[in-house]
Amino acid sequence: MPLLENGHLVADRWNYATNGQPLGTGSVIVPLSRLSEGLGRSMGDLGVVLPVDESISTLRDALPKLSVVVVIFPIFRDGRAFSQARALREHLHFTGEIRASGHVLPDQYEFLVRCGVTTVEVPENADVSAWERALHQFRVAMQPSVMNETPTGFGFRRFLPA
Amino acid sequence: MSADTMGRDDVMPADRQVGLYSYDQVDRTFLRERIEQFRDQVARRVSGELTEDEFKPLRLMNGLYLQLHAYMLRVAVPYGTLASRQVRALARIAREFDRGYGHFTTRQNIQFNWIRLEDTPAALEVLAEADMHAIQTSGNCIRNVTSDEFAGAAVDELLDPRVHAEILRQWSTLHPEFTFLPRKFKIAISGSPQDRVAARFHDIGLIARPGPNGRPLFEVFVGGGLGRTPIVGTRLREDLQEEDLVAYLEAILRVYNEFGRRDNIYKARIKILVQALGANEFRQRVDAEFVAMDRARYRLEPALVQAIRDRFGVPAFRPEGNAPALLAQARENRTFDAWVRTNTHPHRAPGYISVVVSLKPDGGIPGDATADQLDLLADLAERFSFGELRVTHLQNVVLGHVRQEQLYELWQALSGAGLGTANIGFITDIVACPGLDYCALANARAIPIAQKLSSRFADLELQREIGALRINISGCINACGHHHAAHIGILGVDKRGEEAFQLTLGGSGEEDASIGQILGPAMSEDETVDAVARLVDFYLVRRDSGERFLDAYRRIGTAAFKDVVYAAA
Repeated sequence: MPLLENGHLVADRWNYATNGQPLGTGSVIVPLSRLSEGLGRSMGDLGVVLPVDESISTLRDALPKLSVVVVIFPIFRDGRAFSQARALREHLHFTGEIRASGHVLPDQYEFLVRCGVTTVEVPENADVSAWERALHQFRVAMQPSVMNETPTGFGFRRFLPA
Repeated sequence: MSADTMGRDDVMPADRQVGLYSYDQVDRTFLRERIEQFRDQVARRVSGELTEDEFKPLRLMNGLYLQLHAYMLRVAVPYGTLASRQVRALARIAREFDRGYGHFTTRQNIQFNWIRLEDTPAALEVLAEADMHAIQTSGNCIRNVTSDEFAGAAVDELLDPRVHAEILRQWSTLHPEFTFLPRKFKIAISGSPQDRVAARFHDIGLIARPGPNGRPLFEVFVGGGLGRTPIVGTRLREDLQEEDLVAYLEAILRVYNEFGRRDNIYKARIKILVQALGANEFRQRVDAEFVAMDRARYRLEPALVQAIRDRFGVPAFRPEGNAPALLAQARENRTFDAWVRTNTHPHRAPGYISVVVSLKPDGGIPGDATADQLDLLADLAERFSFGELRVTHLQNVVLGHVRQEQLYELWQALSGAGLGTANIGFITDIVACPGLDYCALANARAIPIAQKLSSRFADLELQREIGALRINISGCINACGHHHAAHIGILGVDKRGEEAFQLTLGGSGEEDASIGQILGPAMSEDETVDAVARLVDFYLVRRDSGERFLDAYRRIGTAAFKDVVYAAA
């Protein structure tokens, strides 16, 4: 599945673990149920899928060893993953990749980024230019976020990165 | 630059005395970008790139509903306050894009019922030219923040809530985390112990007062609401500090976004979550988030509040002079005097008074205003009230700061345009949703029964005799007409394919908030109008001296009123 970062397509060096198959030694994203198995590997980078109804505190202990957390949008109007991403940054100070997977719209891109999401999995036929446009639609935002954008010097308003 | 104009040098001269946040270029650019975004979304919908299912929440967040016969555009009126140039922009939209009128809603907004999809970007342009928009007037996000229609004017007010309403408006605008909530989210804020915002019937209700150090304190109610499950809100905090206001609201919204139900649209409001967890558990979760979060990021520093306040217009009140004496003289006119008694509210500044303009004429449609009336109201706002007009959650409009000696002249101008009805707070000051005449959700029409009741009780002598009596009408159980919060509530239902109406009695949306109780089986429209007339007759016979309908009902009890409705039927 194509992967977007900063509005551009990037190569995805990660593989999702296959059901019933060993994790191997490469960069692999595991379901939460296989997290301990992943942590037990002696080599290879590790990522995990955080189910949308799971608290981020589940990952508290493992987080220093994780490079990627995937948050899930079962449907674009289910906004729980926005809170999960923001909380991973704000409460657990996670600095790795947060990847949005599932049903998301270009119109949500800025919101995702401002909640701390770094990469987005988009459908095979996605119009990448619409995503890039959406990311730079607005020059200011009306409230602070975990991205700590530059204040405009007035109220809570923030300049968004160009 | 003097302190009182600091940061306001770019404010339009006409707005300098209007109690509304004045946009700067950054705000205007933001609105333009928003319109461009919506234009792009409309184009993607037309091309088929967006499905209707995907387009729906996007158009809803721009205030665009698909109703029974057409699209409806709901325009935000932040804390119910409008500058006269904005009222003229609304008149222009009514004329150019609608059928010559608009409808003021119970959330201080205005909606236009006959908009074409392809016209909406142009209509949004007209709004943007007047620093207005339709952002977050629908959708599962934080909606327009409502406030007291007498803010900054009422003699009973402790603190003007509009600056904080504006701060919350800005904070909630396109909030990255809270734009896809389980369900819509409504915030109201008042600065008076007389609750005129129905704080206890909102997702979050705030009552502000000055604290010992001069900085505001907030009483925080959460999880109130009407709809299918009417609930009076729970008080979460008694004395929230101003600097923590936004952080605490963030914490509430975070808990709601994580734990609110998403499996059933009718169980998704925060009130259901508060009830399911219990007030204590809900409070603990909010407090846990509040303690753990980076509060500094959201701290409301005094300088930040002051910067917003500096962009509010301030009316330059003149000394009292002989205004009260001149008003007393004019009140020798009995008709004028009766209007002054019902349609004004005491002002804190000597020589001034607040005026409620009734949008409930005899047999009229509650809350409707024609383009010509809107233009006239804009003129009158300029002549009599510093260029400012307010919308009430009871679907009337207010001129906040009127010189007492000019009241007679204002009344004459209003009366000449069908806007002089002296019925505020009376039985014909009816609140009604658009109902089945427009709304795709309704079970019954709300407007015709409102018109029949209005005509039935049109006699002003009779209305004065009856006194304070609130009738609210909803065309379905979603309760946009706030029927639960009325002394007499009327709920439209579908009874075997026919429109029918249930009565609820004893509700109140004020500081003595209570939820009206269903009286019995639904009746036809005409039966319902007759039943209301019998209820009123019964009350007139049984009331104690000076006792309101609501108090008489609470004293006498449901059974006797039920007999009056059903025994004779």
